[in-house]
Amino acid sequence: MTEDCDGEEKDEETRRWSPGQGSSSRGGGSGAAASSPLKTRCVRGRVDQAPPFSGQVLENVLENVLQFLACRRDRNAASLVCRSWYRAEARTRLELFIGNCYAVSPARALGRFRCARALVLKGRPRFADFNLVPVGWGARFSPWVAAMAAAYPWLERVCLKRMTVSDADLALLARSFSSFRDLTLICCDGFGTPGLAAVAELCRNLRVLDLIDNDVEDEDEEVVDWISRFPETATRLESLSFECVNCPVNFAALEALVARSPSLRRLRVNQHVSVGQLRCLMVRTPQLTHLGTGSFETVPAADGAAELDVAELESSFVASKSLVCLSGFRMVAPEYLPAIYPVCTGLVSLNLSYAVTTAEQLKPVVLQCHNLQTFWVLDTVGDEGLRAVAKTCKHLRELRVFPFEATEDSESAVSDAGLMAISEGCQKLRSILYFCQRMTNAAVVTMSKNCQELVVFRLCIMGRHRPDHITGEPMDEGFGAIVMNCKKLTRLAVSGLLTDKVFEYIAKHGKLVRTLSVAFAGNSDLSLRYVLEGCHKLQKLEIRDSPFGDAGLLSGIHHYYNMRFLWMNSCKLSLRGCKEVAQRLPRLVVEVFGDHNKDLDSDAVEKLYLYRSLVGPRDDVPSFVKIL
Amino acid sequence: MEEGLRGGVCPQLLDLMPNKRDWIVKDDGRGGEMKASQVEVESLELRLGLPATEEEKDPSVLSLSLFYKSSKTTTTTTNNKNHHCAGSKRGFFGTFESRTEGPQQQKTSGANLKDELHQSQERKAAHEVPENASAANMNSQTRAASVPLVGWPPIRTFRKNLATGSSKLPPEPQSGDLQSKVKLENCKKGLFVKINMEGIPIGRKIDLSTYNSYEKLSLAVEEHFRDLLAAQKDPSTAETMKDEEKQVFTGLLDGTGEYSLIYEDNEGDRMLVGDVPWDMFVSTAKRLRVIRSTDLSVIRVQEQYPGKEQQQSVELY
Repeated sequence: MTEDCDGEEKDEETRRWSPGQGSSSRGGGSGAAASSPLKTRCVRGRVDQAPPFSGQVLENVLENVLQFLACRRDRNAASLVCRSWYRAEARTRLELFIGNCYAVSPARALGRFRCARALVLKGRPRFADFNLVPVGWGARFSPWVAAMAAAYPWLERVCLKRMTVSDADLALLARSFSSFRDLTLICCDGFGTPGLAAVAELCRNLRVLDLIDNDVEDEDEEVVDWISRFPETATRLESLSFECVNCPVNFAALEALVARSPSLRRLRVNQHVSVGQLRCLMVRTPQLTHLGTGSFETVPAADGAAELDVAELESSFVASKSLVCLSGFRMVAPEYLPAIYPVCTGLVSLNLSYAVTTAEQLKPVVLQCHNLQTFWVLDTVGDEGLRAVAKTCKHLRELRVFPFEATEDSESAVSDAGLMAISEGCQKLRSILYFCQRMTNAAVVTMSKNCQELVVFRLCIMGRHRPDHITGEPMDEGFGAIVMNCKKLTRLAVSGLLTDKVFEYIAKHGKLVRTLSVAFAGNSDLSLRYVLEGCHKLQKLEIRDSPFGDAGLLSGIHHYYNMRFLWMNSCKLSLRGCKEVAQRLPRLVVEVFGDHNKDLDSDAVEKLYLYRSLVGPRDDVPSFVKIL
Repeated sequence: MEEGLRGGVCPQLLDLMPNKRDWIVKDDGRGGEMKASQVEVESLELRLGLPATEEEKDPSVLSLSLFYKSSKTTTTTTNNKNHHCAGSKRGFFGTFESRTEGPQQQKTSGANLKDELHQSQERKAAHEVPENASAANMNSQTRAASVPLVGWPPIRTFRKNLATGSSKLPPEPQSGDLQSKVKLENCKKGLFVKINMEGIPIGRKIDLSTYNSYEKLSLAVEEHFRDLLAAQKDPSTAETMKDEEKQVFTGLLDGTGEYSLIYEDNEGDRMLVGDVPWDMFVSTAKRLRVIRSTDLSVIRVQEQYPGKEQQQSVELY
């Protein structure tokens, strides 16, 4: 599952910036190289002594070697060695990763890397997922696709996250690149079925079409039967995911498509596919490895057939011997859940986060999933369900527990007890996202000691400012233990009642932390100062509703060039402070926006988003955004 | 349609709203100093109208009372404590900017809350927090103890409708007929529906359960799309157009303005918003649209002659 894969990025930039360096040594998300004279010493010397011919040979050899270098962090380092290496690396970089689409312009990125075949582009800040970024803020794919249509005729793969992609963009994409094969859209918006139809029809070599958590426009009178647009001949499709497309698809066309896609291994359908229809699909694709089951419910009388018997459904799963990843279950009828027993032992990944199941319904499933490494579930299974998971899933690496009722005062059936159980049973845990209402420091401390492999720790106590529900203390000690004991931690999200102390801990021990999410926490600017001064690897900092003001903001001046972005909303910032940051750091783009109806002469800043950029303020700024 | 407070807890808060004065202290425990004693704080909580169906631990009550307790032990400066006050205010009344209004340690927490209440009344949030952020109003709609905050808990919207959409809801206190039960369900959980505006390709999702009247909804719609509209019309003069824009959106509900708000119900029919009682609207509306008033009659014609062409070729240029 790739939902919100921020925590899985392994090779983040580690370039260090400081305002003191010459202007040529700054780079955006794609990692520009420094071109200061010092760095070219080696090649100049060599070229002067040897005949010019061998310099060229060297570069060719270099290119042949560098093409095997895949990790972008290594490539960034290689590009800094000297001009020759810079050129060679630029010619051999195949995948362009741009973590912030506004850090660099299409022209500049494409101008440097002329041979790229894949683009990974991220747009809006993550808090946009929670409606904190107004619609129309930006991150449009249009300028990128237009530039690439000219520059990269051989483009093969595009992966976009939190961008606005229009139907026209998709059509241009489909028309412009004859070898195009992989399209992955995550948390994007702006497109609908017409765009999908264009991709289906025109991308003859399409192998991957993964639409994950996008906001797909589904105007009724514009819904297009995009599934029918795939070519009539056998396709090369390997992966098709459209769970987020809310309109019903033409099932007959889907079935036919699946039947003529011999390479299909990953199929994730939307909730309009009933369990009976799913069975038809599974019959056609017994070689599937990843399956998204759609509703997993019978639509009464819609099929025109009798209600599906569990045994029949189970036989379909028996036949699907290669399944390792199951998701979907959007409306699951609990009586159908046992149908998946035959595949449980082989499952590596199971996503039940849309399935409202109780512990009793979950247990028989989970007790067979010995090889499970990724598990997403709803909190309706309660601590008891989590105990069952802890008992069986000894290889669990990633756990996400989502709230059934995502409100502050909801009653959650999971608590510190569940967390404690997981920490004792699943000691190989690397990533956890846990929503709850009641938590204790003791449970968090226990997890920090048992799960030493933790890389991502995100705990969300939904009621704001909630302390340890047994001792009444703030949650400082728990999170402090996490940063102290989990030496590999790179991503942290804190919640509950928190004082400045927890940030002191994070600053002192969280030396590898790259992403930090803060909400309703801290007492004063000290917190922000601690973090910005202490967390040397911090790249992404997102803060909401915390009492941090200009003093805290200014304490990070030395570090902002090293970060991808800083987001703050509903804190205590003022225009004066933000302007000062903008003045002192000319290569930083400082955007402020927010509540319109406050007094116009008020100095307070509602939302701040700042990020480094090679190209200065963007030219598509909406009226409600002010760039300082 | 605002019901009285659930549980029939004190009417003091209702008095507060129209008078816009200090908290009307009718009880001893109310409006006093911030005390750590559970009873006092609990009584304070109840006075704020949190509809605790049981007498003991409503989680939000717990949070605030413990919050006060710990705020005394952990903070060091008056300013920090002030901010705790502000923070606790926000804890009830949504995300407003915390403005500490001077040393408030000695002031009653009730008075602080009152100030925040005024601010909340005077301001219109740029996002979905309704301005009627008073306990009285919100309690009439929801069992929630706090005003729904934008983006908190941090769950993407397509996960939020789980509770509403699922047919396997946990058993609820049964009272009254089906309609009130439906209303209860819709009110308790978020009810996100999509809203599109003509001329703007990207829609938005709004939570109907955060509003309790058509006026509030209309206001929120205006908030959502005013910026976009301005950006599309004339970005350079958008700043100065604020007043005009306000006028653009008036008359949203009665067909007199430039734009009208319509909705599609669960049967697919399109109707003008405002005809049916609010609760019925909330339970049947599936999506909303803002269209030009001149198009209203066009839509009616289209409905009479449903010859929609589904097989369009992809002509995107």
